[in-house]
Amino acid sequence: MFGRGLKIFSLLSAVLVTGAFALAFFYAPEDADQGLRQKIFYVHVPLGIVTLAGFVAGGIYAVRFLRSGDRAHDLRSYVAIHMSLIFGVGALLTGSLWAKAAWGSWWVWNEPTLVSFLIVFLLYACYQPLRFSIEDPGRQARYAAVFACVGGAFVPLNFMAVRLAQPLIHPRTLSSTANLPGSVSFTFLVALVAMAVLFTTLCKYELASKTAAMQLRSIRRRLSGEDISPLADPSRRSAAPQRL
Amino acid sequence: MSDDGYVAAAYLVLLALVLVYVAIMAVKLARVSRQVDELSRLLDDRDALEAEPVVTRGEEVPR
Repeated sequence: MFGRGLKIFSLLSAVLVTGAFALAFFYAPEDADQGLRQKIFYVHVPLGIVTLAGFVAGGIYAVRFLRSGDRAHDLRSYVAIHMSLIFGVGALLTGSLWAKAAWGSWWVWNEPTLVSFLIVFLLYACYQPLRFSIEDPGRQARYAAVFACVGGAFVPLNFMAVRLAQPLIHPRTLSSTANLPGSVSFTFLVALVAMAVLFTTLCKYELASKTAAMQLRSIRRRLSGEDISPLADPSRRSAAPQRL
Repeated sequence: MSDDGYVAAAYLVLLALVLVYVAIMAVKLARVSRQVDELSRLLDDRDALEAEPVVTRGEEVPR
């Protein structure tokens, strides 16, 4: 069901990510002001943008789940948020490395861009414990969908609020692209597409893996007659959706 | 650490994330593979049970 196009997406991810890294190091010029450390921009900014887009996608799937009751949308919402959290860790780590190289400090607490991203990340870090705390699969899916909708709406609002805030020291990436040389803009665009395709590919892997595990559980239940639902056995409780 | 080191570390973070994810997927694949084996055994047992002739009292087993 979710495994379709995995081969093409995997190949595309490998080609695009390799291409983006090659462009970053061999095509894009070295920044006159920042020097080599500006190359972190090609991995950190796409990671951040894809993370926020993934949270919004999780919210959109959650709305679809609430409207239709289709558990496949709940699974998609869960996987999009799960993957965004992983990408978010990458964005935070690469951002800290850049901050240390550029500012001499791993983190700056009075910079709205950094703190707002951390707030969004920590907000979504509560998503998995919320799901895990609810035993009934139906209620778990509904409550998680409401959380994902509210969080998904909060992300663009938060982004706009930061844009409107007085910028301190963090560069404003997307509002100053007109001044960028063509080679830098092109490399950044390729890196952004590469990261988005990598995100989609990993989501598809996760979806295919979770669906296969669900189908196997269902077949086992039918063959052995054993009830292995989380309600029957609390040790099998999971934050992830267990049935479609 | 020089700028080179920070740049290398940033790209390594992405590589590490992808590799850790691949490792997790490998563990999950191994689990799915074990479950498929278990299901195959369950099916074999069921087939073996169905193949055994049912003998009731007073009846002769056909030769």
